[in-house]
Amino acid sequence: MPAALSSFRICDFTGQLAGAGATKWLAAFGAEVIRIEDPVRQGRWDILRGIGPFVDERRGINLGGAFNNHNTNKLGITLNLRTERAKEILTEIVKQSDVVTENFAKGVLERWGFGYERLRDIKPDIIYVSNCGFGHVGPYSDFKAWGPIVQAVSGLTFASGLPDQPPAGWGYSYMDHTGGYYMVMAILLALIHRRKTGEGQWVDLATTDGALGLNGPSLLDWTVNGRPSRRDGQPHSNRSQMPPMAPHGIYPLAGDDKWIAVACRHEDDWRALVGVVNEAWCSNPSFADLESRLDAQDALDEGLSTWTAQRSKVDVQNALQEAGVPVAAVLMPEERIDLDPSTADFGLWPTVQHTEIGAVRVDGLPAHFSATEWRIDRGAPCIGEHNEEVLTNLLGLGADEIADLRSDGVI
Amino acid sequence: MTALNGLRVIELASEPIALAGKLLADMGADVILVEPPGGDACRNYPPFLDDQPGEDRSLFWWHYHTSKRGVVIDLDEPSGRDRFRALIATADVLLEAQPRARLATLQLDYDNLVAHRVDLIHVAVTPFGRSDEKSDLPVTDLIVTAAAGPPWSCGYDDHSLPPIRGPHQAYHTASHFAVMSALTAIVHHGITGVGQFIDVSMHAASNVTTEAASYSWLVAGLTVQRQTGRHASVTPSGETQKLCSDGRYANTGVPPRFPAEFARLDTWLKQLELDTELPEAVFLEMGANWEGPFDLAKIGTDDTITAIFSAGRDALKLIASRLPAQEFFVGCQSVGLAVGVVNSPEEAFEDEHFKARGFHVEVYHEDIDRTITYPGAPYQLPASPWQISRRAPKLGEHDAEVWAEL
Repeated sequence: MPAALSSFRICDFTGQLAGAGATKWLAAFGAEVIRIEDPVRQGRWDILRGIGPFVDERRGINLGGAFNNHNTNKLGITLNLRTERAKEILTEIVKQSDVVTENFAKGVLERWGFGYERLRDIKPDIIYVSNCGFGHVGPYSDFKAWGPIVQAVSGLTFASGLPDQPPAGWGYSYMDHTGGYYMVMAILLALIHRRKTGEGQWVDLATTDGALGLNGPSLLDWTVNGRPSRRDGQPHSNRSQMPPMAPHGIYPLAGDDKWIAVACRHEDDWRALVGVVNEAWCSNPSFADLESRLDAQDALDEGLSTWTAQRSKVDVQNALQEAGVPVAAVLMPEERIDLDPSTADFGLWPTVQHTEIGAVRVDGLPAHFSATEWRIDRGAPCIGEHNEEVLTNLLGLGADEIADLRSDGVI
Repeated sequence: MTALNGLRVIELASEPIALAGKLLADMGADVILVEPPGGDACRNYPPFLDDQPGEDRSLFWWHYHTSKRGVVIDLDEPSGRDRFRALIATADVLLEAQPRARLATLQLDYDNLVAHRVDLIHVAVTPFGRSDEKSDLPVTDLIVTAAAGPPWSCGYDDHSLPPIRGPHQAYHTASHFAVMSALTAIVHHGITGVGQFIDVSMHAASNVTTEAASYSWLVAGLTVQRQTGRHASVTPSGETQKLCSDGRYANTGVPPRFPAEFARLDTWLKQLELDTELPEAVFLEMGANWEGPFDLAKIGTDDTITAIFSAGRDALKLIASRLPAQEFFVGCQSVGLAVGVVNSPEEAFEDEHFKARGFHVEVYHEDIDRTITYPGAPYQLPASPWQISRRAPKLGEHDAEVWAEL
């Protein structure tokens, strides 16, 4: 099957998840992603390189499980950009690339002598996508960020939690994932624009911008109605205000740390739930219609929690599913990865071959394409693994020259 | 010129894909939103303009349907299906999240539609994918999110409190993948002229958006446990969310770990005259003078490294308790530490940084003679800028205009 993006080459400085996750998508669709790392620091700018999880007791710069997960199907080369020769090589690579990607702090690439102006001198229609927490413009553009910082500043952390509790936030870097998704969109949009106009551009991507926009309706409630999200009783993020639903939440099951989500979209769902639960509290007049139930959600949640807490996941899920009520247990990683036919049948956990790690499973992509299906089969590159391949095939260097580059500390 | 100028997208109105249509429309695609008679349910979602309900007053609707045109088609009527086919003949992309069997029953599935548009890109979003019978079960955003795993990682140290989901999390993530998929197919179509069918699973999308929860299990068979305001972790980690003097919180993310960071933090602590309140401040000086790599992997086993690392956390906690959250945030960043104030959405929106980046976008609503301030662009493409080209459509607002074009 043809690959959708096989005609593109990406000169890739990204790392962590927010950047590397983006170019992972491009590589899965056949783009040639050349990941460039610093040989002096053994690529450690990417803090995921060489840290766990590990498949076994072995440790090392090439064995990090997270790094492998985010860098499948990419090529990896090393360039010591403190040297002039490495800068010449990078210049040649840029000349033959469609896109330059990075998620450094503002100004790093510029300091190396490869800011947008220079990149454009090298290749006039180059697309340059910089991805950092606060962007390259604005009072906070020199500030540093990780996913949790982006989530905090942009309102997402605040919006996730229970009343009278600290923010629960997000137990992972949702905005590293999502920042990567917006980076994919930005790259593809710029490629589409270039195809139509012949014009490249510099895309300034700030993950805090993308994150703040995800609060859209709450922001309009503020700008239009003057209603803040910071108010009594808020946030209560397992409940549903848009649209109003009740009951709507995550309820305890029998056993330790077992939970199930239940949502009643309308009166039919509520009546079906009552038909299954069939306890006296259900006929409380306070629960007679949606408006009453919304006013009495604490009592409603208490009644439903008492019922679910005496039952197993299978019992509650099967009974409510049969009655047509939206329901799903909160799945643990092992349940959704190894025991859920939905993810296995979708092919969501492909196994890749990594040169040192060996065979290991990674996140796949959640879409199937009839004409240009993705492929994730090769593990992340070891440090400098494709130096010979890239320098020979792309730049036409000979074995002696490459040996010199190595002995001179250029690669 | 906008990036997607000249591209026509037909969106069958549905909550899970509303953001996907907006992302394409705000980049210049001609997104035609197709609603059934009576309108899409989201028209009646709160909040409302001036808190008065009405099908054209939903701010939820306003936000997710900017830059789109709107038509009404009754797909349950033969004449409506004819109209839809005529529309598809002019379209580049169909974006839909219909129940799995619905379009086939109406003979409007991909196999039928390619007869009218041979190079159609059809993006179908379903709860569990096209091949999974579970896609026929009723779901909401919460249900998909729970089944896909994110709440397992989100919540509190106290596991007697329920796991937490982020608002609209599953639908947003599904929309992001729908857009990435559509754009990938559009790039391929631009080169080859070939369209295709794309099957996006909401459940799969959230499943691969859980960071370490997935790969800790995939790689090492380890299970993360949720913690208050920070990453779920296989082994418990120190708290990062600090309560500040004004009752608001700040997230300190990754604590100091480089000598220069320990040095600047030590200096700041002294400037604030708080060093005398923290006996452990001596370890900050040791961190500042550390030679060689500061190996975080030795936290918990090497007493000195553990003490230095802990002193960094303790210093931040002390400073946070004496400063308002915004001041703590800016102060930390000024000494080079990646710290974030926990803003509410409106506090973030009113911050000068976002205003300076042009994030406040004014849209004139001629029907109510008011200018409304919307959230701005997720990315800035200067040569092909994001823009809200029009307010969300009223029901059937562009019927005559679109049919005239056909």
